[in-house]
Amino acid sequence: MLESLQLIISLLDSTIRIATPLIFCAMAGIFSERSGIIDIGLEGKMLLSAFVAATATFLTGSPILGLFAAILASCSASLIHGFACITNKGDQVISGLAINILASGLTITLGIALFSRGGQTPPLGSEQRFMPIEFPFLDQISFIPVFGDLFAEVISGHNVLVYVSILAVFFTYYVIFKTRFGLRLRAVGEKPEAVDTAGISVIKMRYQSILIAGMLCGLAGAYLSIAHGAGFGREMSAGKGYIALAAMIFGKWNPIPTLFACLLFGFLEALGVRLEGVELLWIGEVPVQIMQALPYVLTVVLLAGFIGKARAPGAIGVPYSKEG
Amino acid sequence: MRSSENKTGNETTVSLPVSTKLAIELKDITKRFGHVIANNDVNLKVESGTIHGIVGENGAGKSTLMNILFGLYKPDSGTIFLNEQSVEVNSPEKSIALGIGMVHQHFMLVPTFTVLENVMLGNEGSMFLKSGEESILNRLKGLSKNYGLDVDLEAIISDTPVGMQQRVEILKALNRGAKILILDEPTGVLTPQETIGLFDILRSLREQGVTIVLITHKLKEIMSITDTVSVMRGGKVVADFATKKTSSEELAENMVGRKVLLSIKKPASKVGKSILEVKDVSHDSKDGVNVLKDISFSLKEGEILGIAGVAGNGQSELLDILSGIEALQKGQITINDKPIFSHQEWNSKKARDFGIAHVPEDRHKRGLVLPFHNYENSILGYHRNDQYSSGFLMDKGKILNFTNELIQNFDVRPRSPSIISGKLSGGNQQKLVLAREIESKPKILLVGQPTRGVDIGAIERIYEDLMELKSKGTAILLVSVELDEIMSLSDRILVMNQGTIVGETSSSNATELDLGKMMSGLEQVREDRNE
Repeated sequence: MLESLQLIISLLDSTIRIATPLIFCAMAGIFSERSGIIDIGLEGKMLLSAFVAATATFLTGSPILGLFAAILASCSASLIHGFACITNKGDQVISGLAINILASGLTITLGIALFSRGGQTPPLGSEQRFMPIEFPFLDQISFIPVFGDLFAEVISGHNVLVYVSILAVFFTYYVIFKTRFGLRLRAVGEKPEAVDTAGISVIKMRYQSILIAGMLCGLAGAYLSIAHGAGFGREMSAGKGYIALAAMIFGKWNPIPTLFACLLFGFLEALGVRLEGVELLWIGEVPVQIMQALPYVLTVVLLAGFIGKARAPGAIGVPYSKEG
Repeated sequence: MRSSENKTGNETTVSLPVSTKLAIELKDITKRFGHVIANNDVNLKVESGTIHGIVGENGAGKSTLMNILFGLYKPDSGTIFLNEQSVEVNSPEKSIALGIGMVHQHFMLVPTFTVLENVMLGNEGSMFLKSGEESILNRLKGLSKNYGLDVDLEAIISDTPVGMQQRVEILKALNRGAKILILDEPTGVLTPQETIGLFDILRSLREQGVTIVLITHKLKEIMSITDTVSVMRGGKVVADFATKKTSSEELAENMVGRKVLLSIKKPASKVGKSILEVKDVSHDSKDGVNVLKDISFSLKEGEILGIAGVAGNGQSELLDILSGIEALQKGQITINDKPIFSHQEWNSKKARDFGIAHVPEDRHKRGLVLPFHNYENSILGYHRNDQYSSGFLMDKGKILNFTNELIQNFDVRPRSPSIISGKLSGGNQQKLVLAREIESKPKILLVGQPTRGVDIGAIERIYEDLMELKSKGTAILLVSVELDEIMSLSDRILVMNQGTIVGETSSSNATELDLGKMMSGLEQVREDRNE
């Protein structure tokens, strides 16, 4: 009994660790896509900023500077995307793909050039990372049977970016649904003509949105290399950007449901890791690959059938042009 | 009738009393799109507190001019004066600040937003929606009451009828303090009753000192509501009139540049035996929505049967089924005494074999392949006929000859069989489609919205062609949202509302008001209560 509780608690703990970059990226996706810009470049921006975070931190010794550098890098990628598909009305999917390819190649090339470690950055010491924060009053509540453990393992003991990611969800929700900026952002993704004729610049709104998306992706990247991990590894984003995109669609472009979708994907991955080599009742040992594939299979199944009509913002993917 | 004291053409101008203030004055406005000159040295004066109409055919430059005034387009040259002061309007933001509001032909509303959110957009009152809401709500209540602008603020736009959407657009403009209101083709989507309601609102706005510019191609509306009117043709304002001193005929003449017959002479034709019987046809759309319900009617040789109704009440689906585009799900169609029940025996090729020709509602999507040449489009759907081929191959020479003949006979301009059809004007595209279908010598012609987006000059020609076809004994089913068109062309009129036929009259007994009531479903409601 105690053992299975322990198992559940440690599963939830990893769920949160795994879900954090998904949450940042999915929120980024919401900002971008709610404004009408498809953002499959989430993956590339995250990868790029992970590399820049690790490199800057290694060079300066400050994870804070690393974080800012990551955000800067990710926002630059956003601006490239914006220049291609907002200013020059290019295809948003192609532009996003280009960013992913660019990030994949650039991080390896620069990594080898700078550090000659096969694309990796040198490992970072604990003072060069965002380390787990233990909540102060843990000892006082540790006597409470289930809750005490739950609190100590699942709620407490994460690095600061984990908590920031949860805040980002509420930030996203509040900004999108409760502020003037959010109203305009949603409008510009549904019907840009309505925004234009209301005297608001469509171009400006969309650039602002993708810059916010860039910032959030930067946080995701920094989390990977200087908080959760201790350095950058080749292709370390490993498709998380795409999973985040799926979570966002699963959450119907709404922050709160998207948070739960991210947690679900995180949980499945945690489960996959946990069940590696474990004998399952009736089934026996399941190959690792199947468990690892589980989140992706789920993505396809969920998106194909179970979620009903996911209605994308009305003007998504369509460059805005006034004349004609 | 044109009164003799009226002058025609370019020299006609309204002499404005010196004391009145001009709300809008446009001087020598020119705007080019590439090589096309959309506005060519346009001059326009609108007095403060009046309703000014702008009429003109498609492509005459009306909408371009108004988009310039609203700041959406930048003019290449020219000056804009508002309240007799020179201003630069380079963005909608600026024009809104100057007190200009515009209700666009295609509504600028976010379909997923509530009415309130749409009205707030751009004028939220505060960083945070909640705190801005209250003051806006109060202002809106005042506005709605003063002008009879009845809206449900909590409703989602996509669920509201177009009449309300239009009121939301007007509210939007007023909420931002518009003193000049531009309306671009506002009545295209409205029932006659809704149009009357709109005009009441416009009149009360005028009383409160709002200046209104009304763009339309419906001359009757110009005559009934405007104080002054300008006619545009070929990118220029060609005449200005005080509405009281002009007539529909004179306006039409100025629009087209030549005399136009607005009334249609119905030829005496012999109505023969029934050729098409539709019995209890019901239809569900792909989303499972019931779009047609127990439709029954018959169509006779030499008769034009008009189907009136607001767009989206099942007319399109009915045309699709009769022309074989959609499957016949339920009910029966009988053509020349041959009953047809199912899709196996019914598709668009079979329909053609039966002698059914179809001028579709959307000529861009279904009537023509726009990037094709005229000679290709002129045989579209009939390309299997032997007359266009020799052996296995299509015979371009024969097709070109045929197309030349078609273009001559039906006055399609420019008279070139090898021009790309997409480059023709709307009217000429429609003439080409109509020519092709008529030339197939159909027993039954299905016509959807024959004059949508078509110039007056071409409309005249299209009506003549239809009348000639009818006099030859062809049965014609005419679907149109233009009541005038239905009333003046048809022998009998059916009215559709929400997928059912709610009424039938002969055109000699029909009045616009009665038809309007039936179109909006009011008549039907009354009958239900009596039962």
